[in-house]
Amino acid sequence: MTTLPSIILRTAVRWISPLLLLFSLFLLLRGHHEPGGGFSGGLIASTAFALFTFGHGLETARRILRVSPPTLVVAGITLALVSGSLAFLAHKTFLTGLWIAIPLVGDTRVELGTPLLFDVGVYLTVIGATLTMLFEFAKE
Amino acid sequence: MELLVTLPLLIPLALSLALFAARRHRRASRIIAIAGATILLTVAAALLVVTHDGIQVVAIGEWPAPYGIVLVADLFSAAILLVCALVSWATIVYATGWMDAERERTGFYPLVFALLLGVNGAFLTGDLFNLYVWFEVMLMASFVLLVLGTEKGQVEGGIKYVSLNLLASTFFLSATGILYGIAGTLNFAHLSSVLAYVDPQILNIVAVLLGIAFGIKAAVFPLFFWLPASYHTPPVPVSALFAGLLTKVGVYALIRVFTLLFVHDPGWTHTLLLFCAALTMLTGVLGALAQHDVRRILSFHIVSQIGYMIFGLALYTPLGLASSVFYLIHHIVVKTNLFLLSGLVERTFGTGSLDRLGGLFRTHAWLGVLFLVPAFSLAGVPPLSGFLAKLLVIRAGLAAQAYLATAVAVLVGLFTLLSMLKIWNEAFWKARPDHSMILHDTGRFPARLVVPIVVLASVTILLGIAGEPLLALSSRAAAQLLDPAAYQAAVLGTVTVQAINGGV
Repeated sequence: MTTLPSIILRTAVRWISPLLLLFSLFLLLRGHHEPGGGFSGGLIASTAFALFTFGHGLETARRILRVSPPTLVVAGITLALVSGSLAFLAHKTFLTGLWIAIPLVGDTRVELGTPLLFDVGVYLTVIGATLTMLFEFAKE
Repeated sequence: MELLVTLPLLIPLALSLALFAARRHRRASRIIAIAGATILLTVAAALLVVTHDGIQVVAIGEWPAPYGIVLVADLFSAAILLVCALVSWATIVYATGWMDAERERTGFYPLVFALLLGVNGAFLTGDLFNLYVWFEVMLMASFVLLVLGTEKGQVEGGIKYVSLNLLASTFFLSATGILYGIAGTLNFAHLSSVLAYVDPQILNIVAVLLGIAFGIKAAVFPLFFWLPASYHTPPVPVSALFAGLLTKVGVYALIRVFTLLFVHDPGWTHTLLLFCAALTMLTGVLGALAQHDVRRILSFHIVSQIGYMIFGLALYTPLGLASSVFYLIHHIVVKTNLFLLSGLVERTFGTGSLDRLGGLFRTHAWLGVLFLVPAFSLAGVPPLSGFLAKLLVIRAGLAAQAYLATAVAVLVGLFTLLSMLKIWNEAFWKARPDHSMILHDTGRFPARLVVPIVVLASVTILLGIAGEPLLALSSRAAAQLLDPAAYQAAVLGTVTVQAINGGV
């Protein structure tokens, strides 16, 4: 696909894409109790790369992504599978959530658990799947 | 115990991922695939042993039914799971000796295990929505397998296959939505206990919608035509896998919902099924008579044999259901084997068209004998497994006084024999039509192509001459199927179930 000749788009993408990626991480982390999560976060993240493809061409987008999209899919599903299987180590059924609390300053503490890991898996899978399709189309 | 119920899903998923990562290394892929299929077979066998102690239930993530996702393994699902694991093992071993480098590199093995993930998921799931999800997993994997390599005929068959199956999914999803609207739950056990309070007329509509959805998947009359149009186009191992597994998942789903959920008015729903069963048997076998290509003939016979399984279900008696279970198990083994054998015939001649085959018995006598085992079994000749299966179906039919349908079943058996003999005569016995024609492959077949066939043929013979254990298993599975209360108790346990006030 040829790069669009619009300098406005090219300049805007440089500013918007990092923001989109940050927002996608925010959605991913927010997803456990509130609307958001790996799926919507992954979609937002893929729009960042989609914009890059439109503004700067397929090759640039590929270079910025660094890994091939199908690899992301495999990594994502593997991560989800591992996060579910960790429950076996605690002699629980598949996908049972395990939590650890990490104390921060004072009384605040952050709870990390396997559902978050699972969501990260979903996040990667969605980015990988969306970009696999997008890059295929962009090749035409 | 809980691990055993989850493993048939985790193993194919993990293998699919590993094989995708290793897809560029042919040798490593083959070793992983065969080892993985063997592990899956072992796990399935262990699951069946465990299931003898009672229905095994696992609440995923420890969220209890009916709110969470449950996996349920009763004797029926465990038995089908085992026999599917057996034929997929055979097909995978066969595929390692068959597949071309191009298809192996583009992801044949990862897709096969993705398909197995969907199939196993469908057998083990304890709720209707997840059944839908697993059907979709299966559909996606099978569609890619069908068109992998993109030969022209393949794409044509693939489009028919995917459009009809998407239609089935639409029916399935609509029915699921309506059912959720009227019952407020989709858990099988929970549904089974609350459907008694639901207006039977609406239930009839949902039953028909789901019947259509599963009927398309199972290739039941009048929605079978996608099957013979698509099963002869892909490479032989893919055909064999589809022939063994895909339609049978449809039959499994039909048996599950028409024993557990829609038993409010058997006089209506099951009579309709009986009607479809008889016509499925008849149209399938008549369609086969008109065909002149080995794999096309075999495809039509899948349709006619599905009729026998639905027949047993439609009778809705202990003997009828036992015959369905027995038939299903026997058929999966036999049909896969016939497709694998047809592959060897096609490999020798470079075609599966009967006009251009002949004289194979002169060069490969053992192949001719091997072919007769599943072929006679399919037709129901003693002492093979098909004889017992047909005997059970016919006895069940007579006992339930469904004389007309039973007569059809007997007649179709004769036609099946005719059809099998036609293949045997044309491919093995008659003189080769054109001696100047160069045989594609006159050498010895590699062991990886022959061993799976011998194993499956031995199972067919074993189930025929020593059918007692399978008969006992089928009867127990049928008894379990006819006792929804036990299923409810196993899944819901101590959870108190009340009728939920839905939209109606």
